[in-house]
Amino acid sequence: MKEIKATEITKTVSQLCQQANFELGEDVLAALKQAQKTERSPLGRETLSQLIENARIAREEKLPLCQDCGTAVVFLEIGQEVHISGGDLYKAAEEGVRQGYAQGYLRKAMVSRPFSDRINTKDNTPPVVHAEIVPGDKLKIMVMPKGGGAENMSRMAMLLPNQGSQGIIELVVKTVDEAGGNACPPLIIGLGIGGTAEKAMLLAKKALLRKVGQPNSDPEIARLEKEVLAKVNALGIGPMGLGGTTTALAVHALVLPAHIVSLPVAVNLQCHSARHKEAIL
Amino acid sequence: MKITSPIETKLIEKLTVGTQVTISGVIYTMRDAAHHRIIQALDRGEKPPFALESQTLYYMGPSPAKPEQVIGSAGPTTSLRMDIYTPRLLAAGVRAMIGKGSRTPEVREAIKKHKAVYLVATGGAGALLAKTIKQAEVIAYDDLGAEAVMRLTVEDFPAIVANDIYGADLFEQGKAKYQKKKRRGKTPLRFISFPTRRPF
Repeated sequence: MKEIKATEITKTVSQLCQQANFELGEDVLAALKQAQKTERSPLGRETLSQLIENARIAREEKLPLCQDCGTAVVFLEIGQEVHISGGDLYKAAEEGVRQGYAQGYLRKAMVSRPFSDRINTKDNTPPVVHAEIVPGDKLKIMVMPKGGGAENMSRMAMLLPNQGSQGIIELVVKTVDEAGGNACPPLIIGLGIGGTAEKAMLLAKKALLRKVGQPNSDPEIARLEKEVLAKVNALGIGPMGLGGTTTALAVHALVLPAHIVSLPVAVNLQCHSARHKEAIL
Repeated sequence: MKITSPIETKLIEKLTVGTQVTISGVIYTMRDAAHHRIIQALDRGEKPPFALESQTLYYMGPSPAKPEQVIGSAGPTTSLRMDIYTPRLLAAGVRAMIGKGSRTPEVREAIKKHKAVYLVATGGAGALLAKTIKQAEVIAYDDLGAEAVMRLTVEDFPAIVANDIYGADLFEQGKAKYQKKKRRGKTPLRFISFPTRRPF
């Protein structure tokens, strides 16, 4: 059994919130640079070069990549041999978000009573925490600040089972098309297939944590990812919706079995400011 | 093209869709909450907190400034949320808007009618855009925090004309140009459950 102090979790979450907001992942940056070479629209190339320059400034000056520092989505993979001492795990994660957003001068975006008064909680809490128990004696913490613009354009549908991959492709294309420039393309598209309604969306979100462009290890799913990407990029939406050949940088799909009558499909859109950082305790 | 804000009426005619500009001068930040309050003030017959005539609005709420900074990250937000308020503000004299994403047909019509212009800046380039902001001062609705109205002095703020007085739209044009092929009319997807109307 390994003991991890709650204060250590708080400290780690705080650091990850800041790191994620300041430092665009090397994988995302490489994908943007690649897109700059292949993008046909001059305005699209100009937009991509601004994004690459923006990432440099943010990293060097510890400035948020985007003023929308997001909802703090925290994924916890808790080894079953880990014992957390000195406090509540969820409270520790929440405190980490509170400290990270204050120390990093990150924008606080969360509002309570979202359907009525919409009062800012002033410290970006609560985070959205997804915890799961895994084998081992480690605690893996992943923090994903998720911007509102792209999240707003996400969508899920319960397809008829016989609609199969064609139905999935049409759903993603429709979602990306309707999102247009609002979701801040070039996008990374999280695609969750199977499970139940809520599980499909969680899969879609988890798929966004994968290294950009790394295909699913299952060849059939990898083919679907590739096909969806080609269809999406044929839309012509382009960087920031100004027209172009780069509407998405990658499609990441995760698949689970589903009920005989169901084909749940969720599309979680990630803007080009694809921020997430992880640590293992 | 280098332009100065407030933008002169004569210049508006030259700002056609796709033109890349750098803006210097004064612009005002306003997001949905501030729009809502200004419209309420106009409804009550009160003066808005700054003279709207000829001004440029920037749909932006920055991240907090560090002690040594003028402003934190400062990129545009989605303009769609402002669309219900925009025709009213254009009628009140606002001449230019900076945001991201496309506008509704009503807004495009109002842009034509009132001889205004809609520009887009790169969403998610908040650190880069902040470099062009030389002064920032909250002038109204302080209680709205990041959504308060600020007067910004900018130098060479980069933007692209997306809707002009001639009714053109950069998003439509750009998409049509780079779309691989027209999607043929297929049988519409049938879903067991599907949201018919989505929030934005």
